[in-house]
Amino acid sequence: MSENKGKLAIYWAASCGGCEISILALNEKILDVTAAFDIVFCPCIMDTKARDIEKIPDKGIDVCLFNGSIRTSEQEYMARLLRQKSKVLVAFGSCAHEGCIPGLANVSNRDEIFETCYLDGPSTDNPAGTLPQPEVQVNGCHLTLPVFYDTVRTLGQTVEVDYYLPGCPPEAARIWDALVAILEGKLPPAGSVIGAETTVCDECKRTREEKRIKEFKRTWQIIPDAEKCLLEQGLLCCGLATRAGCGALCPQVNSPCIGCYGPNAGVEDFGCRMMTALASVIDSTDPDEIERIIEEGIPDPVGTFYRFSLAHSLLRRSALVPDIQRHELPLPGAGAERSS
Amino acid sequence: MEREIYEPKIIGFFCNWCSYRAADSAGTARIKHSPNVRVIRLMCSGRVDPTFVLKALSLGADGVLIAGCHPGECHYIEQNYKTIRRHAMLKRTLHALGIDERRVRLVWASAGEAAHLAKAVDQMVEDIRTLGPLRWSANWAEDGAHLDDVEKILREHAEAMEVSK
Repeated sequence: MSENKGKLAIYWAASCGGCEISILALNEKILDVTAAFDIVFCPCIMDTKARDIEKIPDKGIDVCLFNGSIRTSEQEYMARLLRQKSKVLVAFGSCAHEGCIPGLANVSNRDEIFETCYLDGPSTDNPAGTLPQPEVQVNGCHLTLPVFYDTVRTLGQTVEVDYYLPGCPPEAARIWDALVAILEGKLPPAGSVIGAETTVCDECKRTREEKRIKEFKRTWQIIPDAEKCLLEQGLLCCGLATRAGCGALCPQVNSPCIGCYGPNAGVEDFGCRMMTALASVIDSTDPDEIERIIEEGIPDPVGTFYRFSLAHSLLRRSALVPDIQRHELPLPGAGAERSS
Repeated sequence: MEREIYEPKIIGFFCNWCSYRAADSAGTARIKHSPNVRVIRLMCSGRVDPTFVLKALSLGADGVLIAGCHPGECHYIEQNYKTIRRHAMLKRTLHALGIDERRVRLVWASAGEAAHLAKAVDQMVEDIRTLGPLRWSANWAEDGAHLDDVEKILREHAEAMEVSK
């Protein structure tokens, strides 16, 4: 390995592998990346082990692109290790940035997930009801598995992150911009998102008039007009809350934005932004009609407003013990006057 | 020993033109009501971004009370209709996340309706007392064992045999 080249690490935690494919989509520019960096760690393409990374001195890696959210103890361990060894840690892609699809598991918990995956699945054959255990003895050998957490966390909720690169996955052109910015040292303040500070609507070429919606429609219900704003046609398009950077790819092909680039600059909670925006376009002042429009039009509010950002949202997850179940438990404080 | 009575923490977002004045005149008229609502004055109930509500809940509030002018009487003409829509969406989202809808309540109170507002406050405090504390941040605090689990991986790596290259 050449001494004057930078060292690049690419890791995946709870993710799908799409981020690595997006790096490949740099096409011939990948040669420029390998000219500037030695890739020292990337389990997706190379046979390197965590223990090799442990031997690298602290801050010995120049840039680490970390994709995936944190759902097991092993992923948390790798996040801490790579933080310690990297000068610049980039939360790469929506999972590391805001939890993404793996983060939607936060509407559930470990026990429910294990039950569905290992006991209740229609194609599951598990008569002994075996569930993954963090430690087990087999023929005198002590075997271990990473511990599975109840709550998926983002990389930023686990370790300090220098930069966030949003998107599911980040567009190749944006990855290139970020790498060039890192190499040239032209970076925004640490902790910020490398990306546009405007919304998908700004990149969308559809014509926008006044938004007045009496009824939300699902994508299978209509064939949308190719020129007109999708939200104005009743489709729940998240473009107005979502950070630009993709070039409005989905609206271009008649499909509403689902918000994969995360909240726009200055927005703390993506779902709240969507609720605020939609409240302005629902065309009714009658409480019952409003309830009906919302109930029929938004059957899955968490999946709609927090498809990519549940783990990163203000509430982060659903209640481990929902209010409705707590009613069945003895009420704290109730009857307190009588107890002695 | 007497058990301590649970006192709910409720954050109130009151509109400057109606509800805040109603609360004010409830005080002047010495109407008794529960002291559990910490009131934040906003210019309009339409200013209540759902972010405020979720932030309050995530930081330890047991409930949020939004109070504004009656529909049709908004100082800014139609902003409280947006509040109705926002509140409806918020309720639905919170329900899906396991939060009872009584924890985030919307009431209308004009400047003259001090007694009505005081009653709404009492009712909300009573409901939340029944529901119990929300303690939202306990939802994502793993039991603390996770750092031991991370530590364990490091120990395993240290003890494992070196694989020949």
